[in-house]
Amino acid sequence: MSLPLEAAEALLRFAEAQGWEQRARLLMQMGDTLEPLSEAEKVEANRVHGCESVVWLVTEPRAKHWHFKAGSEARLLRGLLALLLVRVQGLTHEELAQVDLRAWFTELGLERQLSPSRSNGLHAVLQRMSQATA
Amino acid sequence: MFQPSPWRDDFPAIAALHRQQQTYLDSAATSQKPQALLDALAHYYGHGAANVHRAQHVPGALATQAFENCRAKLAAWLNAGSAEQIVFTHGATSALNLLAYGLEHGFEAGDEIAVSALEHHANLLPWQQLARRRGLRLVILPIDEQGQLDLDAAMQLIGPRTRLLAVSQLSNVLGTWQPLGPLLAHARAQGALSVVDGAQGVVHARPDLQQLGCDFYVMSSHKLYGPDGVGVLYGRSQALAHVRHWQFGGEMVHLAEYQQASFRPAPLGLEAGTPPIAGVIGLGATLDYLASLDAKAVASHEARLHALLLGGLQERQGIRVLGAPQTALVSFVVEGVHNADIAHVLTEQGIAVRAGHHCAMPLLQHLGLDGAIRVSLGLYNDSDDLQRFFDALDQGLELLR
Ligand SMILES: Cc1ncc(COP(=O)(O)O)c(C=O)c1O
Repeated sequence: MSLPLEAAEALLRFAEAQGWEQRARLLMQMGDTLEPLSEAEKVEANRVHGCESVVWLVTEPRAKHWHFKAGSEARLLRGLLALLLVRVQGLTHEELAQVDLRAWFTELGLERQLSPSRSNGLHAVLQRMSQATA
Repeated sequence: MFQPSPWRDDFPAIAALHRQQQTYLDSAATSQKPQALLDALAHYYGHGAANVHRAQHVPGALATQAFENCRAKLAAWLNAGSAEQIVFTHGATSALNLLAYGLEHGFEAGDEIAVSALEHHANLLPWQQLARRRGLRLVILPIDEQGQLDLDAAMQLIGPRTRLLAVSQLSNVLGTWQPLGPLLAHARAQGALSVVDGAQGVVHARPDLQQLGCDFYVMSSHKLYGPDGVGVLYGRSQALAHVRHWQFGGEMVHLAEYQQASFRPAPLGLEAGTPPIAGVIGLGATLDYLASLDAKAVASHEARLHALLLGGLQERQGIRVLGAPQTALVSFVVEGVHNADIAHVLTEQGIAVRAGHHCAMPLLQHLGLDGAIRVSLGLYNDSDDLQRFFDALDQGLELLR
């Protein structure tokens, strides 16, 4: 399965990044690309629990796929959310079910961010996404 | 000026962490362990494990003796009076739950339980849930700007309806010692039982429980450089007699029939099932190690490091320290920067500190925060650890701002 275009671009940029500072800068830039959430979307029903920071995940059904939106007050976490969304946005249900998100973050050199002990909550976001789309 | 820790090499994990480029500044969550403890565990498991208080055989007798010796050591360490007043649990949390169930029979609807506004969830939720089970009123004692319990308010709020007071000795978020002397005296005068959560306090000043004058005192071994899985509940003899059995099973029973049973008094009656034998023996070894140190030297080392930590944070722009921390730890937030982002950049640079609500969500809410960074110290930390933290913080903030 080929990578969505934006995901391929992100992968290229992270592959070239040297050191944690560059990766953090890239994350912040990625975070700025997130589609903003309306106040109406920042409601309890969209809140992902299990994160120490406030994180929202909005899952909208479209004809053949899900449309995702995500947001957080923490900048670096926004970057991680953006990296997640570029990988899954626009995929058909069948394609989505096939995606190995752990492998995706590993390719990006960010696998440590996925550990269940990390309070950033990316782990909880992935669980929520798979529940919402199951 | 470099401030070394003379005890650093006694803790092999510090060097191991250093080789992994990790600077450990999260001792309030759990501590690293001295070699003496590792040796004691290796000795116990290497020379023959056995269950305690049941077997007549030689390994069983040796294990029981070692285990009971540790109870006596703890009693001496805490100046508890007698070993019978020391109950082993699986942690501070389980000791507090033991109390909340074991004392439940003494409450009637409308009675009050007073806790401070800064309690760890472990010393809040067992009481909150007890209050809900029994229709009691949970009274929250307010704190002041410094992070100290407001004594005047507490004196008003603790009255004849108060059946129990539960407070921590040293705050795990604010690093403040609470004014226990007058508070406990007042609670006693009102006829209330008192519970002191010493999980943090016990690590930074050796308690004198006969002098402190509380009914119950609770601690966790793993924060005091001991193994995890072991907690301690101290009870004044009369108060302990008031605690009903709460978990049932082996060892705590006196005589058992199919339809009824009779139970042992404390401490064994409150220690159902096989206790954490190796852990208790390990804790005994840790206490021997701690007793061999110059307590004054440890305290002044910790005080100097704490001053460096607090001073360094205060001199930096845009940093808000929570309360007025006195010992062991400092929590802070940075204006305009999310604490999760700070945690991220510190983690990337190998600095192990804690971010978030520190198991005290109501306190953080009260302070108007959704999280904070906490830097906490152990006796093995030195000023280079703090320098690495400050360098990483400066570098991280430059990037984030
Ligand atoms: C003040 C305080 N009380 C209770 C606890 C609970 O201790 P444990 O998790 O070892 O049961 C902690 C641990 O973080 C604490 O800091």
